[in-house]
Amino acid sequence: MSQPRTIIQKIWDSHVVCQPPGAPALLYIDLHLVHEVTSPQAFDGLRQRGLKVRRPDRTFGTCDHSTPTTPRDLPIVDPIARAQVEQFEKNCREFGIPHFGFQNPRQGIVHVIGPEHGLTQPGMTIVCGDSHTATHGAFGALAFGIGTSQVEHVLATQCLLQAPSKSFAVRVDGRLRPGVTAKDIILALIAKIGVGGGTGCVFEYTGAAIRALSMEERMTVCNMSIEGGARAGLIAPDETTFEFLAGRPFAPKGEAWERAVAFWKSLPTDEGATYDREVSIDASSLEPMITYGTNPGMGIPISAPVPDPAEAPDAVERETRRKALAYMGIEPGKPLTGRPVNVVFIGSCTNSRMTDLRAAATVLRGRKVSPNVRVLVVPGSQSIKRQAEAEGLDRIFREAGAEWREAGCSMCIAMNGDQLAPGEYAVSTSNRNFEGRQGKGGRTFLASPLTAAASAVTGVVTDPRPLLG
Amino acid sequence: MEKFTAFESWVAVLPVDNIDTDQIIPARFLKTTSKEGLGDQLFFDWRYDADGNPRPDFVINRPPGNRAQVLLAGDNFGCGSSREHAPWALTQFGFRAVISTSFADIFKGNALKNALLPIVVPAEIHARLLKMLEADPLAQVRVDLASQTLTLPDGTAVEFPVDSFAKTCLLEGIDELGFLLKHEAEIAAYEQAHPAPVDTLSVKLDA
Ligand code: SF4
Repeated sequence: MSQPRTIIQKIWDSHVVCQPPGAPALLYIDLHLVHEVTSPQAFDGLRQRGLKVRRPDRTFGTCDHSTPTTPRDLPIVDPIARAQVEQFEKNCREFGIPHFGFQNPRQGIVHVIGPEHGLTQPGMTIVCGDSHTATHGAFGALAFGIGTSQVEHVLATQCLLQAPSKSFAVRVDGRLRPGVTAKDIILALIAKIGVGGGTGCVFEYTGAAIRALSMEERMTVCNMSIEGGARAGLIAPDETTFEFLAGRPFAPKGEAWERAVAFWKSLPTDEGATYDREVSIDASSLEPMITYGTNPGMGIPISAPVPDPAEAPDAVERETRRKALAYMGIEPGKPLTGRPVNVVFIGSCTNSRMTDLRAAATVLRGRKVSPNVRVLVVPGSQSIKRQAEAEGLDRIFREAGAEWREAGCSMCIAMNGDQLAPGEYAVSTSNRNFEGRQGKGGRTFLASPLTAAASAVTGVVTDPRPLLG
Repeated sequence: MEKFTAFESWVAVLPVDNIDTDQIIPARFLKTTSKEGLGDQLFFDWRYDADGNPRPDFVINRPPGNRAQVLLAGDNFGCGSSREHAPWALTQFGFRAVISTSFADIFKGNALKNALLPIVVPAEIHARLLKMLEADPLAQVRVDLASQTLTLPDGTAVEFPVDSFAKTCLLEGIDELGFLLKHEAEIAAYEQAHPAPVDTLSVKLDA
């Protein structure tokens, strides 16, 4: 019998091209996703060396980050963003890479369109010049973010020089209570282990609460692996995974499907395999989570008081938390509930898929958003937008007084004109609450779509549970 | 790539934990399609006031921080996005090394590819260096990659870990892409033996 292996090791082993002496392994990349922000300098590098893209048939592009979410028949107003999007489309055409340009009706956030079209499949290695590539781990793929130099490496060779990561089992048992979501699981994990907790590791999420999640919810969990310091996070594939993939444009068909499923079933971690690190969480004890500070580890249950920086374990951490509270303009000792907010953002690769929009709609249906709050609902892709419209969700949002926009990263990263004004507070379903992340001087509370929608209705930070049916 | 040589330098002190890439260079500057001009945008929102004037008290706006080649930062430096604009901004400003108790993974890899040395030291050394620099802000450290030592102002030599391949690349000026391209034969053999799970050109999606 061979050594029992984790799914992480299995994927790693089957993608090592060679192991040159004194160097990291060459790891083969099955799927390379590109977008407009982290690729232009890489394409320039190829041109300077006179190189081609080695495997355009394993590469796929979309624009999302600096892409406006205003109606698509309007041009891109910001000349710098427009130049970047145009350069991206030009690069893809020149190098023969299939892509969704600005006007394409399937355009969307890179981590949304991959799974949506069945490009993301179990057992694959997937990279993208974007730290939230971990999202694709929901399918049991080893998916991680890379820098622009590495984007160039993969374009040119389809390989990366890579050392193996440590494995970190994140066990989530029990059952989520009503009003508590996948987003709350991942925020609770990061609050527990800290933003550096998973450094050097790949998470494997296991346990009954993870198994019970839909694919979309699994993507929400894996998405924020990077916020816990891990480069990747994955979930072993199961029937839920196969069911999601069946019939998607790039998913295998007929006999190839049968073969693929048989292979995918061989991926889960073997009995007796060991991990370098482990942590466990009881899902049934979780409440809706919200962050109070300027990194995603500063999260608390929504009814809990904001912790006093004086209680931090060491001097630098004390200083970091003090600085965070000063930036946020909040005092320790009281919960965040009841604090006025200016903006609610429902979107981003963390929470912009159909289940997220449906969840937000359950709260907003038949209600009005507070007159003091600007509410943006930004679907993760144009396909999701159409689907939501077919289900009538857009009407629910519009009638409630929310803005229903075109697909893109939008106020998750505030590169496309959707941004907070200095000092404004937002409840956001995105993944980062760093200083200025949603606009210079803007202040972000990260939470689930339910919490965001509830806060939109009341105009203050709100526990969604009393508003649910 | 130029060879990475030993050097002595003043230190810019920014002892904040979890300095993320949005602080190193805010996302609104990522709309560029080149690598130029990012040094002026380094730590932009901390460095300039609302009117765009440099804050005179911010560490890299005043001596010796404005001429330091070494940055002393808090734990988990470079967390957040994968943007390589972060090390580009740091090196364009003039930094060649960052000292911390730990670095975020992607940042560390990106830094090494751009001749920016991430130096990990134990918490106790970090605290000592911080004290020395508080007492004498003009004190210097010496960084020697070949021997993997950081020499503190009081002469204490501290060893730091570096991935051995990254070290060779830096010292000898080898670029990783050149190294990868030499393995064409192995890559082609791998591709022969492993059919693609997905062919992104196989489906013509209706527009
Ligand atoms: S939605 Fe936000 S986190 Fe996701 S890819 Fe876009 S900018 Fe990055």
